[in-house]
Amino acid sequence: MSDIAERVKKIVVEHLGVEEEKVVETASFIDDLGADSLDQVELVMAFEEEFGVEIPDSAAEKILTVKDAIDFIKENVA
Amino acid sequence: MRRVVITGLGLVTPLACGVEETWSRLLDGQSGIRPITSFDVSDLSTKYAANVPRGDGSDGTFNPDQWMEPKEQRKVDDFIVYAMAASVQAIKDAGWESPSAEEALRTGVLIGSGIGGLNGIYDASILLAEKGPRRISPFFIPGRLINLASGQVSIRYGFKGPNHSVVTACSTGAHAIGDAARLIALDDADVMVAGGTEAALGRLGIAGFAAARALSSGFTDEPHKASRPWDRDRDGFVMGEGAGIVVLEEYEHAKARGATIYGEVKGYGLSGDAYHITSPSEDGDGGYRAMQAAFKRAGMQPSDIDYVNAHGTSTPAGDEIEFGAVKRMFGNAAASVSMSSTKSSIGHLLGAAGSVEAIFCALAMRDQVAPATLNLDNPSDNVSGIDLVPHTPKRREIRAVLSNSFGFGGTNASLILAQAD
Repeated sequence: MSDIAERVKKIVVEHLGVEEEKVVETASFIDDLGADSLDQVELVMAFEEEFGVEIPDSAAEKILTVKDAIDFIKENVA
Repeated sequence: MRRVVITGLGLVTPLACGVEETWSRLLDGQSGIRPITSFDVSDLSTKYAANVPRGDGSDGTFNPDQWMEPKEQRKVDDFIVYAMAASVQAIKDAGWESPSAEEALRTGVLIGSGIGGLNGIYDASILLAEKGPRRISPFFIPGRLINLASGQVSIRYGFKGPNHSVVTACSTGAHAIGDAARLIALDDADVMVAGGTEAALGRLGIAGFAAARALSSGFTDEPHKASRPWDRDRDGFVMGEGAGIVVLEEYEHAKARGATIYGEVKGYGLSGDAYHITSPSEDGDGGYRAMQAAFKRAGMQPSDIDYVNAHGTSTPAGDEIEFGAVKRMFGNAAASVSMSSTKSSIGHLLGAAGSVEAIFCALAMRDQVAPATLNLDNPSDNVSGIDLVPHTPKRREIRAVLSNSFGFGGTNASLILAQAD
């Protein structure tokens, strides 16, 4: 399962153009990693693409940190 | 009305990224027209274009990473990246990178594009068809909208004055400079970043212009000879890309801070053909009236003009119609003016053409040299009586210049620049 965490972090680094060290599990996309609301939408799309999972808008709204993303994917990817 | 001068220049062209890099190559007679290698042209009738040379940024190559963070580039079309690169150059050249909060309120941006994010729309359309709407990026719209070039530049520098844009096909760059100058003249701003940008080179852009029978296609073996305004063997324009951005400034404002003044925007004239969607009116009346309006605004006569940068796209019809209009406008003064088309070197930059060519005009005044019309081996029968500066640049006195731009839809703009006293 650690593989999922690594893949999530890699996507965050690529899309937000931030340093890898900053992408810790507690990091908030908006407060800590400089994302805006559009970046956040695009991140969710990238997670959907990478993991072949559909993330409904109601769930996407609650994915605010790196850990939120990892947890959602762990729970919803078979 | 307040006087308006040019205090900063920025260029991204098929010759080079950078003002001096482009200008020296232009005067050297180099061509920015090459075989297309970045996309498949096997089924296209035109197989060459004037693309911006990409590289690591050395030797005049364009390296997008020098002008915009890769993370930001990914969200926008190239026309915005080119606009940013040329704006950064122009603002630096003007020394206007860090105005005070009050000055920033009086600094605006007016950058236009003829077509905007065509390649991004093409890619997103395919994505939509193949994978559905959930794959469309939230950055798709803000990365394609034409006024986002102005928006991005204003955000980067905090320029909070008028934020505006122009979309008038191949007259865009000239209209942007003219309209921005008026905003300063009418006291809506003290400083304006203005010009045009274009990056519509791609399969869709080439296919579209080729279908309109506008593009040159007969010079696949020698692309550098394809753009040949007024030459009898011309067969259409060569599609180009790039951006030309100027910093315009109120005259006293520029003088007070000791800015370098490249020239004054003396005249600006606009007109409509009301004739045809792609062809200019056969009597050249639209172009004539744009020039006439510019002279009226400038309070100048044709005999005051030493150099004309023609629209001269190398199309069979357009070149001679413009020639006739200039000859009619200039009358006896036609014998003493030099006129050239720099599209012979850089191709047709569409929405960026007018502003790139206005920059060439400013440099022609600075260096007292008229750039050449390349490939003008055998002038058409109907073009005699004006020096068209064939093959090599001409050193001569240049006090004031006229630059013409005409666009699809019958939209015409003429700018008159003069040395500021």
